[in-house]
Amino acid sequence: MNAAVILFPGSNREGDVVRALASASGRKPDIVWHADTELPAKTDLVVLPGGFSYGDYLRCGAIAGRANIMDAVRAHAARGGRVLGICNGFQILCESGLLPGVLMRNRERRFICKMQHLRVERADTAFTRAYKHGQAIKVAIAHGEGNYVADDETLRRIEGEGRVAFRYCDANGTVGGAANPNGSAHDIAGIYSEKFNVLGLMPHPENLIDPLAGGIDGRAMFEALAAA
Amino acid sequence: MKARVTVTLKQGVLDPQGKAIEGALKSLGVAGVSSVRQGKVFDIEVDSSDRAAAEAALNQAAEKLLANMVVENYRVEII
Repeated sequence: MNAAVILFPGSNREGDVVRALASASGRKPDIVWHADTELPAKTDLVVLPGGFSYGDYLRCGAIAGRANIMDAVRAHAARGGRVLGICNGFQILCESGLLPGVLMRNRERRFICKMQHLRVERADTAFTRAYKHGQAIKVAIAHGEGNYVADDETLRRIEGEGRVAFRYCDANGTVGGAANPNGSAHDIAGIYSEKFNVLGLMPHPENLIDPLAGGIDGRAMFEALAAA
Repeated sequence: MKARVTVTLKQGVLDPQGKAIEGALKSLGVAGVSSVRQGKVFDIEVDSSDRAAAEAALNQAAEKLLANMVVENYRVEII
């Protein structure tokens, strides 16, 4: 698998995702600067890493979502190429129009940094085929703006098309209530594009690939991508 | 030409920052505040002296970048 990790000013989780991709695929991903206009030839997967691109100025992901390289990322997605946006990367995907909705300030206003369980809503996509449908996985969250908001029609469409990738749940897999850390609509932690080739999620699977870090539930996503 | 673009949250969109400010004003004893919604103001200088052209450019600026139309409204004023 040829992966390209896009680097924006203020990205800070690119090292983590490079490590996760290299460990799963045996091939180090390319790092692509935001001002570039082209992706490396034969790129299979584009990753927008977490961080605070442009210091979260204006809105989280707003300026990065309009960076030069995003035209190439849009073209890659339109060709059916895979795109993964994690945390700030999810915010950038929403701001760039590649995914619907927007990530707003957490309901309780606090930056949340903790372990969090997610329910895998479908295990038949390139990103999740190494998980089981309905499985509760433990990953990390670290965000101040993770409260997913979309209008009712958009939410109906996403739900109707089965585009919710992950929902916040407790360790037993029970979704919602106190298990929703940030107030997200429908307990949404991540969503797919119409063709299921673009995934945006707030949690950090790339941080759970080593038992030393508290678990390895994130590893399956990168292994599935490497095998796809 | 000077202009101001004001971006505000749409009705019904949760505004935790506005709520926090509202709470702080109440704890400061400022009387009569029933609710606060936080927004953004952009003061912009436009080259054009043509009012209609300036408004068109500012609308474009607001819709392309300054506001996220999913959750925000905007207003353009030529000052």
